[in-house]
Amino acid sequence: MSENDKPVIDEYSGVETTGHDWDGIQELNNPLPRWWLWSFYVCILWAVVYWVFMPSWPLVQDYTRGFLGYSQRAVVAEELKSLTEARADLGKQLLASEPEKIVQDKGLLEFAYAAGKTAFADNCAGCHGSGAGGAKGYPNLNDDDWLWGGSLNAIETSIRFGIGATHEETHFSEMPAFGVDEMLSKDEISTLVTYLQILSGQQANGTENLEPAKTLFADNCASCHGDDAAGDREQGAPNLRDAIWLFGKDKKAIFETVHAGRKGMMPAWDGRLDPVTIRALAVYIHTRGGGE
Amino acid sequence: MVNETSPPEIQLFESRRKVFPQKIDGTFRRLKWLVMIMTLGVYYTLPWLRWDRGPNAPDQAVLLDLEAKRFYFFFIELWPNEIYFVTGLMIAGAISLFLVNALFGRVWCGYACPQTVWTDLFVHIERLVEGDRNQQIRNDRGVWSVKKLTKKAIKHSAWILVAVLTGGAWVFYFADAPTLFWCLVTGQAPFLAYVWVGLLTCSTYLLGGIAREQVCTYMCPWPRIQAAMTDEDALNVTYRYDRGEPRGAHKKGTSWDDRGDCIDCNLCVSVCPMGIDIRNGTQLECIHCALCIDACSSIMDKIGRPTGLIGYDTEANIERRINKEQTGWRPLRPRVLVYAAVLAVVFIAMGSAYFGRKSLDLAVQRDRNPNFVVLSDGSVRNGYTIKVSNKTLEDQHYFLTLEGLSGYGFSEVGSQDNDVEAIHLVVAGNKLLATRVYVAAPQSSVNAHSKPISFVLTERWGGPKYRVNDFFKGPNE
Repeated sequence: MSENDKPVIDEYSGVETTGHDWDGIQELNNPLPRWWLWSFYVCILWAVVYWVFMPSWPLVQDYTRGFLGYSQRAVVAEELKSLTEARADLGKQLLASEPEKIVQDKGLLEFAYAAGKTAFADNCAGCHGSGAGGAKGYPNLNDDDWLWGGSLNAIETSIRFGIGATHEETHFSEMPAFGVDEMLSKDEISTLVTYLQILSGQQANGTENLEPAKTLFADNCASCHGDDAAGDREQGAPNLRDAIWLFGKDKKAIFETVHAGRKGMMPAWDGRLDPVTIRALAVYIHTRGGGE
Repeated sequence: MVNETSPPEIQLFESRRKVFPQKIDGTFRRLKWLVMIMTLGVYYTLPWLRWDRGPNAPDQAVLLDLEAKRFYFFFIELWPNEIYFVTGLMIAGAISLFLVNALFGRVWCGYACPQTVWTDLFVHIERLVEGDRNQQIRNDRGVWSVKKLTKKAIKHSAWILVAVLTGGAWVFYFADAPTLFWCLVTGQAPFLAYVWVGLLTCSTYLLGGIAREQVCTYMCPWPRIQAAMTDEDALNVTYRYDRGEPRGAHKKGTSWDDRGDCIDCNLCVSVCPMGIDIRNGTQLECIHCALCIDACSSIMDKIGRPTGLIGYDTEANIERRINKEQTGWRPLRPRVLVYAAVLAVVFIAMGSAYFGRKSLDLAVQRDRNPNFVVLSDGSVRNGYTIKVSNKTLEDQHYFLTLEGLSGYGFSEVGSQDNDVEAIHLVVAGNKLLATRVYVAAPQSSVNAHSKPISFVLTERWGGPKYRVNDFFKGPNE
C-alpha cells in the first residue's frame, strides 16, 4: 500500500491500483471476472462434495472411502467378469465343437483366432516368436512339418501336456548323444551326415557307396526315425527326408545333433491356461497354414 | 504518474449492450419467414424421409451410419474411405459462399445461416411472451416482480423446449429415425444419444437465446473474411447516404429541398437484430438481414417519399449518383466468373469421381511375420489378408487368381480346398469381406528373394478384372 494507506486511484481508468510502482508502471487492481470467481467457488464446493462421496484423503493405513464406495479396481474387476461372461457362450461352443466344425464356422473361427492370437502373444511368443516363425530348436508353427502331429487334436494335446514336461501325459522324446556317449565314432557320424544330406535332397548322390551308411542308419536310427527315415510322430521323431531341420540342416549342424544329441522341451499348459484358451490356441496355430 | 493530457475516450472493453429488436413487417421479413419455414422444415423432416435401397441397406434417405460406417444421401452412398467427397463438398460450400458474396453480399448470414434462423425464432418467441421492443426494455429495467418472473420463466421454458426439439432432431440423422425416436421416448436409447441431445440443447439455447449477435460478431470468422472479399460492385444492404443526408427531423408540410430524405426516426436501428446503425455504412457486425430496408420503406411510405433509402445497392452506384453518372449493376465481373468456374470444376470433378468410382475395392496385405515359410517339400508359402469391399447393394461372386507366379496354389483359411488355382469369394451386398489366404509355390518359381505378383479379382460373369500388385517373398539363396 502507499505510504498513507489510502487506495490510489488510477487517473485514466478510475480503477484502484495495487499501490506498487515499478519505474512509473503501476498495476491496476481490477476485480476478477465474476463468472470466473463463481466458477472458482463452485469448484471448491464441488471438491467438498467429492470428499464426502468419493475416495479421496489418504490415511496412514487406509484412505477415506466415501459414501458411494466407488473403486476403480472394482470397476475393472466387474468389467472383466462381464467380459468373461459375455464370452462364456462362445467358449462353450468352442469346447463342444468338432475340430472340423470350428474351422468351417466363420464366427467361431474368428473368436478362436482372436483369443488364440492374444494368448499366443502372452504365453508362446517368447520361444516360438511373435509370428510363430520359431527359431533354431523352437519349431516354426507355420509350416506343415509336425513332430507330434498337426491335426487340431494333436496340437491341442501337445499344448496341454507339453513335451518333456512334468505332466504325467507329456510327450517325451530324446535324441541320444551318439558321439559323446561313444556309441558311434566320428567317422561313422560323418558317413551318416552325408547320407542324411542326400536323403533330404541337399546333396546329389554321387558315386559314393551308401551301403555302410544304410547299415549304420538301420542299426542306430531306424528304430525311432523309421526304416525310410520319414520319422515317427508317436515318438516325436522328425522326418529326415524333408526340407525342415529344427536344429539346422548344414553338415556341421547335423553332425552336432548326432554327436551331442537333442532334447526338445515345452511346458505343459494344462492347468495353467483354461481349456477354452488352450482350444483357441490350438485353432490359432492350426490356421497359421500348416494345420492338417 | 500524473499526465497532463485528459484520459482517452476509447474504452478498451465494452460490455454487451442488450439488443431488443423491434418487430417489423415487409417484403424482406416475409422472405425471411419463408426461408425459416423451409430451412427448419428440411432440418426436421429430412431424417424421416424414406428411400428404398433393398434388403442390404437402410431405407432412410439421409443417414450418417457411424456404427456400420456408411453414409447415405438419397442415391449417394459413401464408404469411410471415400470421405474425401466431404472435403469436396466443403470446398464447394466455401466457393458458393464467395460467389454469392460477390453477387449479393452476405445473404447466407442474413437468411439461411442456422445461427440467424434459430435466433430469429428465439426473438419471435421472446416477443410473443414479453411483447415488442419497448415492453421488453421496460420489463428488463423494471424491478423483479411476480409478473416479470413469470414472463421470463415462460420465455426460457419455451426456448429450452425449442432447443430440446433441435437437439432431438439432430440425432435422427445418425440412426434409423423412427426406431431412435421410440427409444428416446421410452428411455432405451444409447447413452450417447442423450448426451448429444443434451449438447445440442445447450448449444441451441446458449447461441440462439443468450449469445445471439455476439456469435456473429465475435465467434464467426466469416465476417472478417467477407470484409476482405467484398468489393464496390457487390449488392449489399446499403444506406444511400447520397440521398439521405443531411438527415434531420422533418415537419409535415415543409419543403424537402436542401435536405436529405432521412428523418432520423431511428427505426432502422430499432429493428436491427445486431444492434447497429446501418447508416454508418457496411460494417462487420451487419449480417445483411435487410430488416432495416423493411423499416425504412415503411417510414418512406408514411412520409410520402420514394422507398429505397436503405436498399440492396453497391458502393459503386453511390459514387456514380454523386457524380451524376448512370447507375447499374455489373454481375459478370472477373471474380464472379472465376468463382463460378472453380465451383463448376469442383462439381464436375466430384460428380465424375463419384459416378466413375469402382463398385469394388480389393486390398491385399502380406504377412510380414514370418515373411515366408518353407514347407517340408521345400516349397515356399506366403500368407496374405485379402479384403474385398462390395459397394453394390447386391451379393456378388468373385474369383481370385494370381499372376506372376508359376505353379502356385491357393489355400483359404476355413476352406476345405487346398492348393487351388482360384478362390471363389461371395461378398454380401454393401459389405466388406476379410479373409486370409496362403499362397504356396515350388522353390523353382521363387528364383528371387522378392517376386512381384498380382492378385486378380474377376467378377463371375466375365466382368472387369481388378488387379492389386504385391510381392511373394522367398529365402535369400
